[in-house]
Amino acid sequence: MSLFEWFTDPANWTGENGIPVRTWEQIQISLWAMAIALVVALPVALTLGHLRKGMFLATNIGNVGRAVPTLGVLTILASIPEIGIGNLAAILALALFAIPPVLTNTYTGLAGVDDEVRDAARGMGMGGLSILSRVEVPLAVPLIAAGIRTATVQVVATASLAALVGSGGLGRYVVDGFALQDNTLILAGAILTAALAIIAELFLSGVQRWVTPKGLREQTRAEMELQEIPAG
Amino acid sequence: MLDLLADASNPWLSWKYVQNNWEELVAAGQEHIYLTVSSVVLAILVSIPLAILVRRVPVLTGPILGLSGILYTIPSLALISLLWPIFGLSPWTVIIALAVYALLVVLRNIVVGLQQVPGDVLDAANGMGLTDRQILARVSLPLALPTILAGIRIATVSTVGMVTIGALVGYGGFGTLILSGFQNNFWHAQILTATLCCVLLAVVFELLLLIVERVAAPWTRKQAA
Repeated sequence: MSLFEWFTDPANWTGENGIPVRTWEQIQISLWAMAIALVVALPVALTLGHLRKGMFLATNIGNVGRAVPTLGVLTILASIPEIGIGNLAAILALALFAIPPVLTNTYTGLAGVDDEVRDAARGMGMGGLSILSRVEVPLAVPLIAAGIRTATVQVVATASLAALVGSGGLGRYVVDGFALQDNTLILAGAILTAALAIIAELFLSGVQRWVTPKGLREQTRAEMELQEIPAG
Repeated sequence: MLDLLADASNPWLSWKYVQNNWEELVAAGQEHIYLTVSSVVLAILVSIPLAILVRRVPVLTGPILGLSGILYTIPSLALISLLWPIFGLSPWTVIIALAVYALLVVLRNIVVGLQQVPGDVLDAANGMGLTDRQILARVSLPLALPTILAGIRIATVSTVGMVTIGALVGYGGFGTLILSGFQNNFWHAQILTATLCCVLLAVVFELLLLIVERVAAPWTRKQAA
């Protein structure tokens, strides 16, 4: 079967193993992983960034994340009996890898807020919490958004690996294709996972531009671009 | 967790595993190093002409970095699968896929490093009568060196982790052991040992390349700390 035939075969667009279901599975896994990562990383990064403590942790956690192989963490989690193979192992592993970019960028964003601006806010009678929510966070939004975008794209891309440990998602086609020695299935899966990741990247860069205040748009681009971490 | 570590029938850490499978671990390590170094070297070789092109024709900076940015978002699983019909079950499938990812980091750091050289410095060099080529070799490159070397280091450490995905086509270094350990009835000792070896290898590469950075650009020592 040629690639064109595969993509136009109605059977591949319906049912449990159809493209819509597999795509939705991959999006669901990614959203859960990001939800966990944000719940863990944001409070820690906001607290540390506001207090300007834990610089070493915040800036080096990314290096640790880079050194640990995603495949290793996925298989380790999936072979713990309490977690087991399937979507849960994938969600937890992906969440672990999404934490460093969110944490580092949020911390860097907050720590980069000018001391004079913070002093001015304090002079106006603002307390710690309102300085954080009304001064620091708005100024740090470009970097925070960049961190969340980087992490999300990485998670959506890496979610395809989850099929190696028995979870759903578009990676299933690739893994099943290799198991069945079916080249069409392998290529179809590769094209779909790549397309989903690229769409996520384009969509989220749009969102990022949209949430970034106009005055801050140019200034942060150069800083952000050096920080990205490759997708698994 | 302690319970799990001590699980007698299928321990996570086992010295016996390491002893019994020493040769296999060494072979996996050699393959891992070979795949990592080949990918990064290939990426550096390709990035040099591209960087020169971008320097000559600055308009191309956006499109080239943009295109490699899009390539960067393609999952390694997908890229390896796309290359597999062309290169088959050979190490090149893995090396070329990983070189694509390393290329972006290396190229971007070369371009950004050269752009960050202050205009005043270039003016001064120009005023001293240096030619364009001399400015590049004696002023711009040395000043950009820390950024370029940092790019190579980051690319190398990321590549160490991604080599494991090559297990899909049978060339994944420690990744092949991780995957076969998993498929072999969740063989904990093999999965954890191979993962730890992979982390260790990444740390060794990181330290080696940090030393290279310090030796090649000693003036950055204070900034880096």
